[in-house]
Amino acid sequence: MTDQPPGFDTLAIHAGAAPDPSTGARVTPIYQTTAYVFNDVKHASDLFALRAFGNIYTRIMNPTQGVLEAKIAALEGGTAALALASGHAAQMLVFHTIMQPGDEFVAVRQLYGGSINQFNHSFKSFGWHVVWADAEDMDSIEKALSPKTKAIFIESIANPGGRITDIAAVAKIAKRAGVPLIVDNTLATPYLCKPIEHGANIVVHSLTKFMGGHGNSMGGAIVDGGNFDWGKSGKYPLLSEPNDSYHGMKFYETFGGMAFAITCRVLGLRDLGPSISPQNAFYILTGMETLGLRMQRHCDNAQKVAEWLSQNPKVAWVSYAGLPGDPHHALQKKYAPKGAGAVFTFGLKGGYEAGVKVVSSVKLLSHLANVGDTRSLIIHPASTTHSQLTPEQLKKAGAGPDVVRLSIGIEDVADIIADLDQAIG
Amino acid sequence: MNHDSYPADYIRGILHSVKVIAMVGASSNVVRPSYLVMQYLLSKGYDVIPVNPGLARQELQGKTVYRTLKDIPQAIDMIDIFRTSDAAGAIVDEALTLSPLPSVIWMQLSVRNDEAAARAEAAGIKVVMNRCPKMEYGKESGEWAWVGGNSGILSSRRQNMHESGKMQSLGLGVIPTKR
Repeated sequence: MTDQPPGFDTLAIHAGAAPDPSTGARVTPIYQTTAYVFNDVKHASDLFALRAFGNIYTRIMNPTQGVLEAKIAALEGGTAALALASGHAAQMLVFHTIMQPGDEFVAVRQLYGGSINQFNHSFKSFGWHVVWADAEDMDSIEKALSPKTKAIFIESIANPGGRITDIAAVAKIAKRAGVPLIVDNTLATPYLCKPIEHGANIVVHSLTKFMGGHGNSMGGAIVDGGNFDWGKSGKYPLLSEPNDSYHGMKFYETFGGMAFAITCRVLGLRDLGPSISPQNAFYILTGMETLGLRMQRHCDNAQKVAEWLSQNPKVAWVSYAGLPGDPHHALQKKYAPKGAGAVFTFGLKGGYEAGVKVVSSVKLLSHLANVGDTRSLIIHPASTTHSQLTPEQLKKAGAGPDVVRLSIGIEDVADIIADLDQAIG
Repeated sequence: MNHDSYPADYIRGILHSVKVIAMVGASSNVVRPSYLVMQYLLSKGYDVIPVNPGLARQELQGKTVYRTLKDIPQAIDMIDIFRTSDAAGAIVDEALTLSPLPSVIWMQLSVRNDEAAARAEAAGIKVVMNRCPKMEYGKESGEWAWVGGNSGILSSRRQNMHESGKMQSLGLGVIPTKR
């Protein structure tokens, strides 16, 4: 073989997934076990003290999960990854590793609603304070920084509007401030965009969406870019200072470029516990083998649906970065040239009632609260996920009364369009 | 040798060929990286000889500690340097006075001294800088994936258990297909 770097689809199938060393099984087995025997007492104490590689307990690591992690790390171009129960769990562990009570982080408003809730409410009770900025306005991010800022958080392709974030511009601000840039890459996946190549330091995923891709398993992941100096500023004591629960080990000194992923595992996951099940890790691994094929089809279909909607007289507007007139089209060409993703919004001239009618009339698309399935999905946020908000709040959240969100699947695109056509009426 | 990026077979060839490793800067502190690396390499069957003037003649992980490289009464295949980049120069010069010469000089993660490396290479010694042999062994053996690490290695061949026969220990038995 040559030293030529393998392509994306080769990595998606093979990275991390050599034949099983114990059995020779070619497909990664489901290691449905909670614990693993030790060779002897010394081996056990070495494992617990991180003096040896090896499995102890599935809350912390599992061989099926390990293959999934190695594959994600390879696809994102990171040094290591950690797979977890959900994308929310991934965010919780990232911030647990970075933040102390009273610290701040800057996040842009153009985020998945679940993240906005997590940051505004649950994180507050840990003493972690989010300061909001605008992804469209780099000055607003600069202005949100303070001496207490520990990180900046953005999405590569934002949910729900399909907006593309200028990752490299935000990375520059983070670098000047000496804080890591965290990018949620759920809607792009590394097939469309690799944030670490644009200066991100940490990538998080909901694997539940396009990565697994089949709407059957919850999962999340943290990817360590291996490109941030955790020792320089003294602002990240969990990584740089001796840890009492590991006999005074310093994680950044010991684990170097993979220290962030290891610290999230041996402190955050060990103590907070949101582990992924081996069964779910297996389903997501299977899904990821076809990530490149699926994502291209998702994007190709979404492009055609967006073009069709933009020609429909009953449609007021379409927010899809793949459309040449879209304000984010230039950023899409830079950051996700193979496609603009498959989650986007459009507005109906008939407003709230028209939105309710569409989701009530679809026969092929599924009316539910998820994205990134093989099946095409539709939701009317104002009457469902965001129904508790005031009209003013709805508008700010990008979930105004006329907004319909689509997650375009990999069915035949003519059938998706025909269903939308009859539903819009 | 381009020390920014090593060819696929270079590191693996070294890990396969060396048996006796002198570790300069070995520590008795059980949470220091040098202690952990020494322990790991011993567990993989390498004969690791610790060198540290402050611990000379003491026992460390069952091995006698020597004051300097010159004091070691046997031939050394590889010198693993756990010191600063500046200090590495004098260690390389000392290594160049040994007879027989070591075949490999390895400087740990974050340790790099290009002038010293050039002197060693001129004497026919292979040099690795800014890498860790524990991490590289972990990548080559497949143990790296156990902690979600990206080894950069793809393989359609089965990795062997370590020759010690212990569970949860992989060896370098199969040479994986590297891309």
